[in-house]
Formats: sequence, structure tokens, C-alpha cells
Amino acid sequence: MLYREAGQFKTTYSSDMAVFRLREDRIGIAVIVAVAYALAFVGSDFLLQAVLIPFLVFSLAAIGLNILTGYAGQLSLGTGAFMGVGAYACYKLMTAFPDVNVIVWILVSGFFSAAVGALFGLPSLRIKGFYLAVATLAAQFFLQWCFIRVPWLVNYNVSGALDAPLRTLFGVPVVGATATSQTRYLVVLTLVIVLTWLASNLVRGRIGRMWIAVRDMDLAAELMGIRLLQTKLLAFAVSSYYCGVAGALMVFLWYGGAEYDVFNINQSFFILFMVIIGGLGSLIGSFFGAALIFIMPIVLGIVLPAILSPFGLSVGAETIEHLRFMIVGALIIFFLIVEPHGLARLWQIGKQKLLVWPFPY
Amino acid sequence: MSFRRVSLGLAAALLMGGAALPAAAQDSIYVPLFTYRTGPFAGSGTFIADGMHDYLEMLNQRDGGIGGVKLVIEECETGYDTKKGVECYEAVKGKNPVIVNPWSTGITLPLIPRAAVDKIPILSMAYGLSASARGDIFPWVFNPPTTYWDGMSMIIKYIGEKEGGLDKLKGKKIGFLHLDASFGKEPIPLLEELSKELGFEVKLYPVAAQDMQNQSSQWLSVRRDRPDYMIMWGWGSMNGGAIKEAVRSGYPMDKFLSVWWPGEDDARSGGAGAKGFKMLNWHGVGTSYPALQDILKNVVDKGLSKASKEKVGELLYNRGVYNSLLIAEAIANAQKLTGKKAVTGEDVRRGMETIKLDPARLKALGLEGFTDQITLSCDDHNGHRPAFMQEWDGTKWVKISDPIEPMSDRVKAQLEAAAKDYAEKNAGWPKRTEACDKAS
Repeated sequence: MLYREAGQFKTTYSSDMAVFRLREDRIGIAVIVAVAYALAFVGSDFLLQAVLIPFLVFSLAAIGLNILTGYAGQLSLGTGAFMGVGAYACYKLMTAFPDVNVIVWILVSGFFSAAVGALFGLPSLRIKGFYLAVATLAAQFFLQWCFIRVPWLVNYNVSGALDAPLRTLFGVPVVGATATSQTRYLVVLTLVIVLTWLASNLVRGRIGRMWIAVRDMDLAAELMGIRLLQTKLLAFAVSSYYCGVAGALMVFLWYGGAEYDVFNINQSFFILFMVIIGGLGSLIGSFFGAALIFIMPIVLGIVLPAILSPFGLSVGAETIEHLRFMIVGALIIFFLIVEPHGLARLWQIGKQKLLVWPFPY
Repeated sequence: MSFRRVSLGLAAALLMGGAALPAAAQDSIYVPLFTYRTGPFAGSGTFIADGMHDYLEMLNQRDGGIGGVKLVIEECETGYDTKKGVECYEAVKGKNPVIVNPWSTGITLPLIPRAAVDKIPILSMAYGLSASARGDIFPWVFNPPTTYWDGMSMIIKYIGEKEGGLDKLKGKKIGFLHLDASFGKEPIPLLEELSKELGFEVKLYPVAAQDMQNQSSQWLSVRRDRPDYMIMWGWGSMNGGAIKEAVRSGYPMDKFLSVWWPGEDDARSGGAGAKGFKMLNWHGVGTSYPALQDILKNVVDKGLSKASKEKVGELLYNRGVYNSLLIAEAIANAQKLTGKKAVTGEDVRRGMETIKLDPARLKALGLEGFTDQITLSCDDHNGHRPAFMQEWDGTKWVKISDPIEPMSDRVKAQLEAAAKDYAEKNAGWPKRTEACDKAS
């Protein structure tokens, strides 16, 4: 009733091709963005620092992997390492040139990640599917080895870890311990919105269509004149760029210092699950996936004791942890059985149903 | 379709998650414990968690808390995962914690710069950033009773003693089996410095976190190189894995020494062959101490502990007790210094700096002979206490040496350089402004 297409006429080609064709959608996204910014001022420290910032960071990484796996069809297990490249590049850049704005370096560090990603994407021309996953696994292990072995990357820190020196933006600390979660959140949110907007235009345009053509059948795509090498490498580069920026955001705006170990293979799987659960080939699915995989356990950790304690069941932290694992696992299986194409597809179905409600045909 | 209901429920749950967490009551002291009873390090973490929890619970049961104020003990499960640890920190931050114990170097590092901002002291007991022993640079971080550099120098000294003098180490080969992470790599610079000076050869055998349980390739190299001594820097399943492999490859156990992290279960996993394995330690094992008896009586027998009775008093359990002993002592000191009952993190930081556990005080606490005395000060947040060597006799640990003094001069130099380096690289590292209290 409220959400319907009737009466909204498209008179130009561009309005017919817009990202949000319906007025309701445009209002909806405006409200979401407004709420997201408003949360910076009303949300508690815990909500911002432990829930929303990591959620946005993981969403960005999931968008990166989605570009590669969902749109271009190249399976990758190197996400964690590419995030690491971004973080280490950002650290080197911001310590070597402390006067340059840190936001610039966060965005630039993605290019280092992109270069490394393109390099490790080279085998994708010859191998596909699971074999490619194994080749990218090599990237994961090699890069992680570098993070441990090359002390130059951490400026010969004795602790061998990345730390976040104080950096400001317009005089307000953004990176470092004195940065408030509010500023961090605003910076992360803005970067994620801008990069998501860029990605949405990228995947709808010529480049995105090339990726989709390659994903659906690379032979046919080649016959139509798409050059496979460039297209695949571009997918690797763009994907790694997003992952790299996400990695830099993760270390400097979320953790505020980290060991090499946060970029391990588990991180790669974590992001891959987000992409699969959220929906391959969908940007909004990346957000859904990140929400389900990352926020759900936190919510359960808060809700479960609240549910159990009225029954006189006081459960230990580790039981909650086990329950979290079981419930999240069960939910993943549930969602995948009900909708194998991920949460994004569910969202789409829901919107379709809503369009014709209350008179479905 | 039930989806709508599910999604509605989810939305509601999300909203609830954002709501503020209940604040701790006024007349209590909130002590969060970061523990891990799940994940790859649970084999070590569970005992430590039990020990930490049970000592504090015992104080609650026996004395009604500290200074008449009840302790609110809450565990937060980290799984030894940095991500979850930081989440735990954010979750407890709002509840006025008096101190946090990250129990993982990976979690400690991101928290160090935040401690001063959030006014929550960090106790990383003999792990974390060694440089944080310098109280003048890290006023909010404590890592007593000794650092990894101290530990390494004690092991080398012990080996030297066995050989009949440090000069006899010349030409010897010492293998260093370590977890390939910042924790395991930390003592390497000191080891290399000593090797140059004393003329022994160092062979490094790094073990990556994913092959902790399968160290056959490292031990193959050990068999080829035949080092005269092996030194181990491991944690979690790495210790048990190493002891098992050492037994299998027939390495002489009495020449296999470790830093203070293996537990009974690790040694037991080597079977009878593990006899003779040595490690550093700084506190007693067993339940013969009055305080431990109180734990048995007031906590374990009442069913308030998660530990089974026979695990109480094991090495890592007592390590947890030691950790809680420091917390309790810091809180008691803070109460004495401020005259307040319900102390805050700022007070406990001062309490920590005035820790003075001498034999008389230990006796009063029911822990006579449990551990060596330790005094912390504003400059020295570590104490650099000596540790002793203990040997596995097949069923239990036996103390085999007097406390070995660390090579303080060398360690001091390393610390100095590392702390300065840290402050320099973190441009804008705050100068210490916290006033210094006299030990009472």
C-alpha cells in the first residue's frame, strides 16, 4: 500500500536506470543514512565501538570480496591477507609521512593492496573455482609470513605489532587512543558510504557487466570481445582495494593496534561466509551478511543471559559462547536452506511481495 | 511465512543490544575477568580462569569481599581472539571496572594506549608488552612479577650453572623453539646478544600457530642439529605438542627447558618419557597453603567453582590465583590509600603501584611460602623477580633450584630501549602526569 510503483512515471532514461527507482526506496535510504549518522550522537560507546564500527568495516571487506567472488566469479581465500596489506601499507605511510592527513593514507593504502591483489590474481587466467581458491590461499600464507618475518613493515617495533599513533583531522583526533568512538564512527561511516556508492556505480556500469559476463561464462565473454586478463585482474585489484581500505580501518579506527594474527586465514573465511550468507553478487547482501555473522553473536551474548536468568539459570560466559556458536550455526543453515541465494535474495523477495501487497497476484 | 516474525525478532534484539548495559551497584567493586574456556588455548585458559575466579570468590565468601565491599566478578569469554577481547573490553568499560586482565598479548596491545584514556589499569601478568614494565612511560600498565627477557636470562644462567660457569657455554648449541608470534620472538634479541658474548650458537625453531599440535618438522631439524639444550617459549597446545614430540624423537628431557607457561596436562601428555622436563616458575603448586584450603572449603566444596577438586592447586590454577592475589592486594591498597570503600580504576592503579607483598604480608594472606616477595613502584611496574626451576618427575612438579636472579643490567638496557622506542613511535604518547604514592 505504502510501497508501490504505481503512479511513478519515468520520463528519462537516467531516471529509469537510477539505483533507486522508487520514491519509497529513496526515502528509505535517506532515512537509513540519517539514522546511521544520528546514531553517532545517541549511541553508547559500546554500540559504536564494539558493534557498529566493526560491522561497517566487515561490510566494506565483504563488499570487496563480493566484487571478486559475487560479480566476477573468482573464488578467493586471500581476503584476510589483502586486508593486512592495506593495514601495513597504511602504517608505513602514516609513519613515514606523518603530516599528511590519515584519511588520505587510508584511501591510498588500498592501492598497495590492489597491486598485491592483482599480482596474486594472475593465476586466475589459467585456473578456476576451487583451484583458484587454493592459489589465493598461497597469497594468504605468503603475505602472513611476510607480516611476521619482515620487521621493516612494523618499523622494527620490538612487540612486532602495529600501533596507532595519534593523528588528527581538523584538529580532532581520529586515530590513536584519544580519538572518541564518535569521531571514529563518523569517519568509518562516511568512508563506507562513499565507497559503497562508488561500488554500486561500478558494478552497474560497463566494468560490472564485463565482470558478470566473465562470471557467467568466460568463453562467451571472450568471444564477445571482453579481454579476460584485464577484466579478471581489474576485479582482483578493485576487490583488494576495498579489502585493503577495510583492513586499514580495522586496525587504526577499530582496534587501535594489532598483531599480524588478526589477518589470518580465519579472517578470510569469516568474510567469505558473510558474502555467501549475505548473497553473492549483491552489495546490500554484504551488509546483511556482516550483520548476521558479526552482530548476531554479540546480540545473543547480551540477550541469552537476559532470557535465561529469569528461569534461575545462571550460565557461565563459556556456555554462552558455546550457545552462540550453536545458534549462529543453526541460523546459517536455516537461512541457506530457506534461501540458498542469501539474505539479499530474501530482501528482494520481500520487496516484491510488498509491492503487490495487499493484492498479490 | 515465519520469516517476518524472525526478522521482527532480530530487529527487536538489535535494538535491545544498543540499550545501555546495567551499571554496577554503588557498594560493590566490579572486577571483570577476561577468560578463555573455548578455542585452541582453552587447555591452558580454563585452569587460569578457574584460579582467578575462585580466589576472588573465596574472598567474597570468607571475608565478604575486600574491606567489606563485595566483589562483582564477571567473566567475559575471549576465546584468545583479539576481536572478541576488544569487544569484551568495550562491554565492561561502561561498568566501572577497577582493572582488566586481557590474558593474551594480542588483546593487551590494542588496550595499552586506551588504558590511560579510559582510566582503567591493565594487569598483564608476565606477558604482554615487556616494555610496559617502565611505570614512568606506561603508568597504567602492569606486568609483574617478571618479563620474558628476565626469564630468558634466568634460563641461560641456569644452563651456565649446570655446565659449570657461563664461560663454559662457549661452543655449545642452544635451540630455541618458539611460537611464531610477537610473544615467542620477544626474547630473541637478548638470546642473540648473549650468544655473541658467551660464544654459544643459537638455532631458531619457529612454530606457526596453525601447526602447534604438529611439530614434526621442527623436531626433525632438532634431531639433525642436535642442540645441547632446548629452550621453549610456547602457550596452549604448543607446549603439550612439543613435549610429546621431544619424547618421540628421544631428545634428552633434562636438557629441555621452558618459560613459565606449560602446565601439568602438557607434561602428562608426554607420558613417562616427559620425566626430567624443566620449566621456570615463581609460585607454589598444590593446596597446602591456608588460602588454597579456604578456596577448597568456601568455594569448591560449596559448588561455586567450575574446577574439579583435583585440578585445584595445579600449576596453571595457582597461576590464576597469583593473578587474583595481585588484584586483591591492589584493591586493598587502594582502599587504604583513599579511605574509600568502593574504589575506582584510578584508585586501583595507585594501589597497584604500592604493592608490597613481603613474607609477613603473604603469611597474613594465608600464602606463606607461596611465592617470593614482590614490591612494585611508580617506576617499576614489574618487579623483575627471580624465578626458580622446577622439574617434572612423572607425576608432579618438583622444585630443583633456588630462585635465579635475572641479569638485570641487560634486561634494563633492553627495556629502556624498547620503552623509549614505543613512546617515540606513538607520537604524542602522553607524559606521565599521575602522582606517585608512597608505599604504605
